[in-house]
Amino acid sequence: MTERPVLEARGIVKVFGQHRALEAVDFTAHPGEVHALLGENGAGKSTLIKILTGAYQPDGGELLLEGQPITLRDPLHGQSYGIGTVYQEVNLLPNRSVAENLFLGRQPTRLGLVDRKRIDAQARELLSRYGLDIDVRAELSEYSVAVQQIVAIARAVELSGKVLVLDEPTASLDRNEVQRLFDVVRALKAKGLAIIFITHFLDQVFDLADRVTILRNGKRVTTQALDTLNTTDVVRMMLGKDVTFEHHPSALAGGPKGAVKVRFQGLGRKGMPAFDLAVHEGEVVGVAGLLGSGRTEVARLMFGVDGADTGEVFVDGQPVSIRNPAQAVAAGFGFCPEDRKLDGIFGDLSVRENIIIALQAKLGWFKALNREDQVELAGRYAEALDIRAADHDMPVKLLSGGNQQKVILARWLAIDPTFLILDEPTRGIDVGAHAEIVRTINRLREEGLALFVISSELDEVVAYSNRIVVMRDREMVAELDGDAIAPDAIVQAIAGTPEEARP
Amino acid sequence: MKVIKTLALGAGLAGLLLSTAHAEGLQGKVIGFSQIGSESGWRAAETSVTKQVAAERGVDLKFADAQQKQENQIKAIRGFIAQGVDAILVAPVVATGWEEVLTEAKEASIPVVLLDRGIEGPEDLYLTSVASDQVKEGRVAGEWLVGTVGDQTCNIVELQGTVGSSPAINRKQGFEEAIAGHANLSIIRSQTGDFTRSKGKEVMEGFLKAEGGGANICAVYAHNDDMAVGAIQAIKDAGLKPGSDILVVSIDAVPDIFSAMVAGEANATVELTPNMAGPAFDALQAYWDTGAEPEKFIITESKLYTPADDPQGEYDRRKGLGY
Amino acid sequence: MTRPTVDLRPTTQPPFPRPRPLATFFTRPQVIALAAVLFVNWLLFPGFFSVTWQDGRFFGSLIDVLNRGAPVAILAIGMTMVIATKGVDLSVGAVMAISGATAATLVTSGIPAPIAVAAALGTGLLCGLWNGILVTLLEIQPIIATLVLMVAGRGLAQLITEGYIVTFSDPLLIFIGTGSFLGFPMPVIIAATLMIAATLSVRRTALGLLIEAVGVNRSAARFAGLKAGALLLIVYSFAGFCAAVSGLIVAGDIRGADANNAGLWLELDAILAVVIGGTSLMGGRFSIPMAVLGAMIIQAMNTGILISGFSPQFNLVVKSAVIIVILVLQSPLSARLFRRLPGAPK
Repeated sequence: MTERPVLEARGIVKVFGQHRALEAVDFTAHPGEVHALLGENGAGKSTLIKILTGAYQPDGGELLLEGQPITLRDPLHGQSYGIGTVYQEVNLLPNRSVAENLFLGRQPTRLGLVDRKRIDAQARELLSRYGLDIDVRAELSEYSVAVQQIVAIARAVELSGKVLVLDEPTASLDRNEVQRLFDVVRALKAKGLAIIFITHFLDQVFDLADRVTILRNGKRVTTQALDTLNTTDVVRMMLGKDVTFEHHPSALAGGPKGAVKVRFQGLGRKGMPAFDLAVHEGEVVGVAGLLGSGRTEVARLMFGVDGADTGEVFVDGQPVSIRNPAQAVAAGFGFCPEDRKLDGIFGDLSVRENIIIALQAKLGWFKALNREDQVELAGRYAEALDIRAADHDMPVKLLSGGNQQKVILARWLAIDPTFLILDEPTRGIDVGAHAEIVRTINRLREEGLALFVISSELDEVVAYSNRIVVMRDREMVAELDGDAIAPDAIVQAIAGTPEEARP
Repeated sequence: MKVIKTLALGAGLAGLLLSTAHAEGLQGKVIGFSQIGSESGWRAAETSVTKQVAAERGVDLKFADAQQKQENQIKAIRGFIAQGVDAILVAPVVATGWEEVLTEAKEASIPVVLLDRGIEGPEDLYLTSVASDQVKEGRVAGEWLVGTVGDQTCNIVELQGTVGSSPAINRKQGFEEAIAGHANLSIIRSQTGDFTRSKGKEVMEGFLKAEGGGANICAVYAHNDDMAVGAIQAIKDAGLKPGSDILVVSIDAVPDIFSAMVAGEANATVELTPNMAGPAFDALQAYWDTGAEPEKFIITESKLYTPADDPQGEYDRRKGLGY
Repeated sequence: MTRPTVDLRPTTQPPFPRPRPLATFFTRPQVIALAAVLFVNWLLFPGFFSVTWQDGRFFGSLIDVLNRGAPVAILAIGMTMVIATKGVDLSVGAVMAISGATAATLVTSGIPAPIAVAAALGTGLLCGLWNGILVTLLEIQPIIATLVLMVAGRGLAQLITEGYIVTFSDPLLIFIGTGSFLGFPMPVIIAATLMIAATLSVRRTALGLLIEAVGVNRSAARFAGLKAGALLLIVYSFAGFCAAVSGLIVAGDIRGADANNAGLWLELDAILAVVIGGTSLMGGRFSIPMAVLGAMIIQAMNTGILISGFSPQFNLVVKSAVIIVILVLQSPLSARLFRRLPGAPK
């Protein structure tokens, strides 16, 4: 690593509408280093990357290349300055040959014609430097994603050669492929390239990177050399709660529990290790874990959205079959999905209809709730959850995010559920509604409901959970109960040890 | 049902045996026939009549159904050439793209006769073509009406074929030519019935309503029999008598119009004969016997049928032909 | 990644279009359009509205519109529900041909007419079920799934009739197409009965709401515990059934099954009727009576063209021009324009 950065960003600001995606973020990339960029979803990683490569223009701050200020119009312009990018989804042309992909737009020509022989020879030579010995005349799509990634990297390096941005390059690779990719990256680093590496696999960061920059809520938390840090430190900084989050209310911890309401035994499916879990009456089981740790997958399995290959489900000790959501609803389960717009609300249907739809589905086709029943139900739950809608006959899509979330909650309360799954119930809603949802969860617990709540907000999970299940790499790696719900324990469980952090 | 059909086929065959001159000249000849398909009743009738005429003349007919595809027809013709047939009949599905394959036939010295439709390209690629004259069909229908009403005033409503199709254009033109010199005949309404019964009925209903419940209409001219059959039903529904209150004249001579004639509900039809093969065989025989090149365009007869022409007999003769 | 900090409180929202009191019925664009078309017909032909009693039935152009519009109206009843689920059924025209061919072939070979009718309706149900299976179990896009039967179905009908127009003289079949009841033509009676029955059975049960939910958001429907697959099977089967009824009427009307032409392109008229009736091709809210009204608008236009005496070359031009006007009138854009007009209903 040399003293002068090849690429430097100073005080970058980016605003989308009312949302400040980046606030005065500094970032440097030095020749011959791998610089990891970390942060939770929405922290501003992609925005920063897009500004560094020219896809976005910053609203404030400046970019310097080798000390000279530059303005990038678009990624192609960035490329001409030596800044290349490889994305998670390879964006090359799958139905063209490997060689064509490598030289697309700059084919060597002879007498004005594309010199295919020379292209193929050059492509072979180029890829051999990356340890790839493949038929360069074959279509790109015939090769694995890992090979395609390397081809993409080779192309990006050929085109740019100073800074290489790798945006989640390992997301779809297996362990051996990751190692192969890392070998390539190390070789490039040795050649003096500056490599910016984005991933959510912490072990890979420690494996590969020299320095790390952590973003949270659009602000830079730190930039440090990795050898001064351990995983726990990194997770803590990403989550941002530090050690200061509120202490776990003792009323919940170790308090009296009701009977076991639902029990999942050995539930699993392909790519999802089997798990056991019992949720009691009047208990909230919170789920902590980084994005992509399998939190949502567990919820989908419980609700029958994805059919389980193995395992059994018991409600009040009786076995029930849950092969699809309809059966889950029949068993009294409710599920507020993570993606409210896609899987939750019926935008064009009225607030009233959105509230009664699950109950109606449970009642069947011929036991129709008449209008009076619907109005009464909708009114009752809208009042209980304080859903602010001018009129329950208006389309639900006109409501704010928080009110929509409450409508979905109301939908499930209307079926008088035995077990409620909430996946990120407070995501994307304003502070006021946020607090109300948390209050509602507490109230439901007090009323004896069994709940399973997934959230990225650690303080939130702590505030309402009796127990916390920590997920990592699609497995429930720890279960914290009572006094064991300590911030350090959670953070450590999430981080795991670097050796274990890969499937 | 099958039995009835076979019987009817036999009756039709007998009729044709009587009507066609018996000839031995084609005995033992192998002739290939590439048919378009069976998209209409008339087409099916053409196929069965061709097979009957061939059987009657002792021709070994090789039949190939192209299912509306030119590539299938070209394949079939190549197959015929490879088999070394004596002659080839083609009902071409489209007008263009025949030069290569017909040149191959010509080089193999196999005469080709086009049935029913023409092609674009040099005329020496085929021996002759047999087709009807659609303008003449319209004219024959018009002339019948002129002769029938005499000096009386006659308001005609016309049921046209599909807008823009050549039979619709030509049959309209021929009919208009025939009534042109007669001021007492005029077409007061003309609409398309898409050559179908149900549209024919619907359009006729509209005409009847618009023309004082039918009181102003003296005759209906339909571009095909199917529309006429629909119109007859509409006239009956309006409480009028088709055939007497309103005259019905149409074109094609399909079996159902003859049963309407038997019931006194239709007055005249002009035949579009499905027997294109007969004149084709005649031309081939003359060519082989005398070496005489036939005319390039053989026009089939557009024969007029009225209730005086034994409609029951015509019905029976045609019923089995696949209309 | 964005967390909006401003909670948009629902304050002045546009009034939600349903349910409306009956009084607003006459201000709907469809009703106005129908009135306008009928008015133009009257200008073209002053006797248009005259209805007389003749041979025990009503007789007149208005009755013709109802009678001739009935087959498309019946198709539209089934099509409305399919479209409400965000699907489409292109095969209904071909299913009409199959149904007519089945009934006609059976009665001409001596099977009793009630059995032939039942067989035709059963065949329609099966065709619809087939579409439903392709759409739900095999998850083929509706437009492709039903295209299969649209193409193959007509061939099937031709196979059944062996290419002939199968004519029959069975009184029951003819009665379905041309008979009358209480002075109205049977097709009108059948269409009205089906319309009322279908409307009641979706609105008095939960089916209507559940169908709309599936159409608005199939994924959310699944998450809410709806049996979307079963609903789709029912909806497509019902569309097939409606097509079969329509096919029987068309065959009975001409006393014959014309496999080549029965129902040809009528699927497009049916889709148009549904769209004119205000059901979005994007699925969701639907109205069966409005779709039937849409079918009547189309037929009133056809009849108007017939009696106008225009040359048939203008038919399609006139028809498409009128349709464009109707669709523009009911577009959100014109709704906004109307709202801006002073004195317009808020």
